[in-house]
Amino acid sequence: MKRRWKNLIAAAVGMCFILCIPQNAMADDGSQRGYTYNYDYWEDVQYSPDAYTTAGIYTSIELGLDQGFSSAEGMYVSENQVYICDTGNNRIVELEWTDQNTFRLVRVIDEIKGNTEVKSLSGPTDICVTDEKDIYICDKGNHRILKLDSDLNYLMEFTKPTDATFDQSTDFLPDKLEVDDVGRVFCIADNVNKGMIKYESDGSFTGFYGASPVKYDWSDYIWKKLATKEQRSAMESFVPTEYDNLYRDSEGFIFACTTNVSEHGVDSGEDEPIRRLNMLGSNILIENGNFGVIGDIYWGNAGGYKGPSLIADVTALDSGIYFALDRVRGRIFGYDTQGNMLYAFGGNGNMDGYFKLPSALEHMGNNLLVLDSQDASITVFTPTEYGELIYQAIAEYDAGDYDASGETWREVMALNGNYDMAYIGIGRALMRQGEYKEAMKYFKLKWDTTNYSKAFKQYRKAWVEEHIGWIFLVIFLLFILPMLVDKIKKIKWEIDTADIFKAEK
Amino acid sequence: MLASLKKKETYTHYFATLKYAMYVITHPLDGFWDLTHEKRGSLAAANTIVFLTVLARIMSLQYTSFVFMQVYWEGINIFLYIASILFPLALFCVGNWGLTTLFDGKGRLYQIYMGTAYALTPYPLIQFPMIIFSNFVTEEEGAFYSFAVVFSIFWAAILIICAMMEIHEYSLSKTLLFMVASAFAMLVMVFILLLFFSMISQGVAYFVSLFKEIMFRM
Repeated sequence: MKRRWKNLIAAAVGMCFILCIPQNAMADDGSQRGYTYNYDYWEDVQYSPDAYTTAGIYTSIELGLDQGFSSAEGMYVSENQVYICDTGNNRIVELEWTDQNTFRLVRVIDEIKGNTEVKSLSGPTDICVTDEKDIYICDKGNHRILKLDSDLNYLMEFTKPTDATFDQSTDFLPDKLEVDDVGRVFCIADNVNKGMIKYESDGSFTGFYGASPVKYDWSDYIWKKLATKEQRSAMESFVPTEYDNLYRDSEGFIFACTTNVSEHGVDSGEDEPIRRLNMLGSNILIENGNFGVIGDIYWGNAGGYKGPSLIADVTALDSGIYFALDRVRGRIFGYDTQGNMLYAFGGNGNMDGYFKLPSALEHMGNNLLVLDSQDASITVFTPTEYGELIYQAIAEYDAGDYDASGETWREVMALNGNYDMAYIGIGRALMRQGEYKEAMKYFKLKWDTTNYSKAFKQYRKAWVEEHIGWIFLVIFLLFILPMLVDKIKKIKWEIDTADIFKAEK
Repeated sequence: MLASLKKKETYTHYFATLKYAMYVITHPLDGFWDLTHEKRGSLAAANTIVFLTVLARIMSLQYTSFVFMQVYWEGINIFLYIASILFPLALFCVGNWGLTTLFDGKGRLYQIYMGTAYALTPYPLIQFPMIIFSNFVTEEEGAFYSFAVVFSIFWAAILIICAMMEIHEYSLSKTLLFMVASAFAMLVMVFILLLFFSMISQGVAYFVSLFKEIMFRM
């Protein structure tokens, strides 16, 4: 009888253990896949859950095109219309993102109407569509930028500037363009290193824009003085960088990127792969993160890819969060407005979400579109729950809703315990709520010295105000009391040794 | 030796010599002269100061506010960290002694060690309060902290020069010259040590492989 009871208890305990084994309780922290990651304070790679997931990959077959994309280079998104510059096939494909989350082919632009001699396109590399539905096309092979109305009627063209500052000996090869609200055109052309070419809306050339300042330090000057004429000409000449791509963000500033960077230059911060240019053409990109906005930090030779990230395209969401596309390792890097890396994902390969030679990056709402020129495909990324939560937390903080932001960051932290931004976000929310001690704890965990100091200052102030009585007591006991005791002892000694008392004895 | 530990005089002498460090750091020229010539210092006190220096350095890793010192704990090897003070100290004493004995320096090896150790006094003396202080200030108020830390090292450096000057009975310019020479001597010793260790490991590897070969054949 006793033994049976024992067996029963043993079985019950055993069952409990079996039932307690968590079934798939482990969240996907991404370390198995190694697809999405971030860098922590120590610049160590921390894998994270996926912030973006592929919603679909579209090639000519899915889109119902007669021939596949051939080295497609440019892409433009205007609301839910997507324009793909199929450079190799001399055409532009217009697609529409439908409510069923698929693409629908709208039209193929390979011929234009109206009053112009050349009615076909030759190697279009970029396109831009304004709010008035005017279409601007970089018709590279025909050395012109076309302006068309929405029915593809020729309106005007922007051609090679006849200005003296423009080198007349080379062909005009417009590569990338953006158009601002009043119809000014910013164009990046091949073989032009003076910056972007800027046209007024009437087609007149108004100068160069956003040339990187030429750096010239004294050691170069001395070397040039010492060198002979032949040596000087053989030396690397100081030319500003050529831009590779541009994007006009919702505030009207222009993001420009360049792949013309060296390992040494990126390391020392001289080469800036990503710039945000104001109207004067100077860089106003904020880089308050633990490291610069340079893409990958580790450039080790892995799988034949080495050197710094070569940023081929940039796009910015309306919230100011921007993404950069690395051509070398096929990765996308997300940054917030302060230059903190939100996450990085992607890679080279044939799987979904990997690329062969990505050439353009655009966004549609919070979705990301990547055009792969070698794979002849468009990949659509859509944010996961994790990605949406990060956006929500940032938006709530920017809107001043600190409590909600703190709560959202906590949800992010529950999904990814290695995410520095979440800890600092919670800390900042706590600091706004006046809970300085708690906030300090979060900042300390993620080595945020600046915010820690801010919280500590407030905490210290409150502490001193609260304990002012004790502080005075300690000072009194430590300094004033011994002084008084000394004084009294001295008086006592003076009295004891005074002559009057001695005389009486 | 053990018998002396039971005597009260041993301890009074030890504390007197330790307390003398405070006089030395404020009156270096006079202090270092008396340290060796009047036998007012002791090796026990010198060892204590070196120990405190090592302790201050280790404790600053753990207890300094992270605002001023960010430590990547995965990359810290405590023995290497301790050696990073003791090894240069030993090299300096030996290198300096080796050179100065050839150029009529009056100091003996234990005197050089004692002088250098006493000269390190400002480092623990300032570091320990600064470790505590760092936890009560913010980033903007950190200028005082960094100044104090730099000051302690600077002070110790000046004291070492004074110590060498008094112990060897050199002029200032000759002392400075021999400080530079000692640095080179240290480099030479490091080079020889590296050479020595790589030779030894090569030699050991040879016999190990020989042994393995024999074992395979048997």
